[in-house]
Amino acid sequence: MSQTKDALLVPDLDRIPLALIPAIALLALPLIPSLPTWVTLTIAGLAMGMMIFIMASGLTLVFGLMDVMNFAHGAFITIGAFVATSVLIPLAGWTQADSLWMNLAAMLPAILAAMAVAGALGLVFERVIIMPVYGQHLKQILITMGGLIVAEQSIHVIWGPDIISLPKPATLRGSFILGEIAIEKYRVVAVIVGLAVFAAMLLLLNRTRIGLLIRAGVEDSEMVESLGYRIRRVFVGVFVAGSALAGLGGVMWALYQETVSSAMGMQVMILIFIVIIIGGLGSVGGCFIGALLVGLVANYVGFLAPKIALGSNILLMVLILLWRPQGLYPVAKR
Amino acid sequence: MSNLLVLAGVNTHIGHYHILQGVDFVVPRGGLTVLLGRNGAGKTTCLRTIMGLWKASAGRIEFDGSDIARSSTPAVAQLGIGYVPESMGIFAGLAVRENLALAARSGPVDAQRLEWIFGLFPALKKFWNLPAGHLSGGQKQMLAIARAMIEPRKLLLIDEPTKGLAPAIIAHMVEAFRELKRTDTTILLVEQNFHFARVLGDTVAVMDSGRIVHSGGMSELADDEAQQQKLLGLSMDMHQ
Amino acid sequence: MLRFLSGDYPRSRVLGVVLVLILAGLALAPFVFPGTRSLNVAAKICVFILLVASYDLLLGYTGIVSFAHTMFFGLGAYGIGIAATRLGPTWSSLVAGSLAALAFSALLSLVIGLLSLRVKTIFFAMITLAVASFFAILASQLSWLTGGEDGLTYKLPELLLPGTKLLEAPLFGVEINGRVVSYYIVFFGAACLFLALLRVVNSPFGRVLQAIRENDFRAEAIGYRSVAYRSAANCLSALAATAAGILYALWLRYVGPDTTLSLDIMIDILLMVVIGGMGTMYGAVIGATLFVIAQNYLQDLMKLASDAAAGMPLLPNLVHPDRWLLWLGILFVLSVYHFPAGIVGRLRGKK
Repeated sequence: MSQTKDALLVPDLDRIPLALIPAIALLALPLIPSLPTWVTLTIAGLAMGMMIFIMASGLTLVFGLMDVMNFAHGAFITIGAFVATSVLIPLAGWTQADSLWMNLAAMLPAILAAMAVAGALGLVFERVIIMPVYGQHLKQILITMGGLIVAEQSIHVIWGPDIISLPKPATLRGSFILGEIAIEKYRVVAVIVGLAVFAAMLLLLNRTRIGLLIRAGVEDSEMVESLGYRIRRVFVGVFVAGSALAGLGGVMWALYQETVSSAMGMQVMILIFIVIIIGGLGSVGGCFIGALLVGLVANYVGFLAPKIALGSNILLMVLILLWRPQGLYPVAKR
Repeated sequence: MSNLLVLAGVNTHIGHYHILQGVDFVVPRGGLTVLLGRNGAGKTTCLRTIMGLWKASAGRIEFDGSDIARSSTPAVAQLGIGYVPESMGIFAGLAVRENLALAARSGPVDAQRLEWIFGLFPALKKFWNLPAGHLSGGQKQMLAIARAMIEPRKLLLIDEPTKGLAPAIIAHMVEAFRELKRTDTTILLVEQNFHFARVLGDTVAVMDSGRIVHSGGMSELADDEAQQQKLLGLSMDMHQ
Repeated sequence: MLRFLSGDYPRSRVLGVVLVLILAGLALAPFVFPGTRSLNVAAKICVFILLVASYDLLLGYTGIVSFAHTMFFGLGAYGIGIAATRLGPTWSSLVAGSLAALAFSALLSLVIGLLSLRVKTIFFAMITLAVASFFAILASQLSWLTGGEDGLTYKLPELLLPGTKLLEAPLFGVEINGRVVSYYIVFFGAACLFLALLRVVNSPFGRVLQAIRENDFRAEAIGYRSVAYRSAANCLSALAATAAGILYALWLRYVGPDTTLSLDIMIDILLMVVIGGMGTMYGAVIGATLFVIAQNYLQDLMKLASDAAAGMPLLPNLVHPDRWLLWLGILFVLSVYHFPAGIVGRLRGKK
């Protein structure tokens, strides 16, 4: 049975990309002056990677399954963040209270609202904007970009153009201190949430019938239809789930940065594109590894040479593409 | 009705290209019908049109009495038609087990049926939990056919199953097809390997430039070398 | 006239009239629309007509979606800016800067062009996005060369300076100074290059491009090596964009990441080319004119509306002048669905 799991999670000849993560971490070790700093940066990198994974996973799966690249994905991230803000700010009494339960009681509706709104918007977007242009890549790119512009401007209309500040809940501020090492509490939460999302996705994809359909559909949706399944119906579900995840990612990202602005989705989209290109379009596992790599590189380089931080991720992408032109785990497409 | 599948005046356009230009033929119930023809004659397009992957621009396609020309691909499959494309359509990232599980639409895989399939294709049992992408070409083809057999189907559309396979494996295929013929399934087989076709076929239709130019019994065509030359450009014995 | 327009007529009376009006307006701008702001708008329209037309060559005629076009625009502008700043405000340094920018653009476009052939449309679009961001970061980080975030402000040869008077007395009420000279350099440069692009798309080369866009396979089968043609198209498009950048830098006497390299400008180009009409060249003229005028004057209109609607929920926000992009975005989306050939296509009666 374990062989099956491996085969489904990672093509079994292919552990090399997994090894990249500890490799980069270890590479950075001698470059960083103190061990505590290295630990802090590594955790920061993993946390950032997890959040990017949450935001990017929906996009890569949608592309793999539906052959649709939603350039407006960033808008769902932003909208998730803004919706959460609208819920959290009135509940400031709960979020600033020193009780974990009260904090969570405030965060939970915020997260659920963000995911619900982002998901609902995803549904409308898919049916109204994307469905008419299935298969026409040029129009898809144009129209999703247009959707992005309209969405971004609509956010201004509803929430105004200013940047909103969003402080973290009281119990999630600060760090755990282990000897000389300080580990931010929020980053730990981010890692936990990210791992939970990843585990849930793996479970869904590998242990359920729907997951089977999705995995097969990513490879060859025509064949899945020939086997008698109406895979178009699954498309919508995946798109909505991807949008909801983007909303979740947006909330987490907003709390991480403690600011919410209408450009935040666009800003993180570049990183998301880099991540899914590195991982291989359509591969959730690749997306996970790619996200962690990008997070780690961004933090290490951000510490060592801040000027080239974003550039370094683009270089990482180029290097990986030179090694594997289709990304770490290319998905076999018809 | 003695004809399971009837195509009447079927035309298919792909972009600017007019591939099927009025296809008329029938597939009798039970037995194996072979669709022969040169490269580019339109055989694959024919199967894809039946399956609804490409929409017929004109004509009638009747399956078991109902018109399926405008039906969607899943609907066509759900009526009991199985399709094994030329490219096999194997999901390389999924395990052999999962490929078969997916094909067993109505529930878990029937154990008896599975045993029967293992008997025909032992390799599948060996690779049960491994990704299908690891199978050799011949094994993949066996998986593709096994997928079509995992549940009883009324009609199987099979596109060039012997393409690129070694003679030993082709012999194995012949056995498997003979077993298949013993069940209640009707088969429409597209082939270029006339030898394979002759051994298994009951009826034959020959296609050229998007039209059917000959149809009839296989044994008659097998005995008539002149006809074969005319229709296929090669005699049966040469075309191994 | 036939040879002038390379046989590519407007093919619609309304369109013809509009184009003539635009041409007249731009040609006589210093006299008909005096004033710094309006002349600025006119110069910007000239530059963007050329820039958008160069993008149309790539998108509308060759079918390549690239988000890296602003890179070439920026190269041209920075070429002038860096040359004027580091080598001094002389004609020779400007020529040197221009040539360097053009050469670099040609090279870069060939590399990108080759990449576009090896990967699929969507993958390519994403990569160009990443490359363009990288370039923008580079420009803002290499401050010693590019002036960083603040950009470069520089002087130009004396002939082009506003202070230089060419004629003692004003002509038709307008003082003929270096600014006017600069404007006409921009105008004639843009006009000539636009006509050159029109020539290219109506030549046998252009027709092969369109064949390749329609059906890559078939074009190859007939014998055209699409690699060569697409690379050439990439190169020409990039060179034209670089030229637009050069003209822009000559006019503004300033270059910075936000005037040439930002993603916003890329999106603006997309809006202009789609709304104007992809694959028509004239669409660039219409789109650029519409957009730049809206950018500068629609906001005033919207301010009036916004003030009038004050006090109502949401409405003032919707017509707030800063939201002009929202309406253009909606127009853009509608265009992609309903007028794939943009305004030009609509006027010509095509769908």
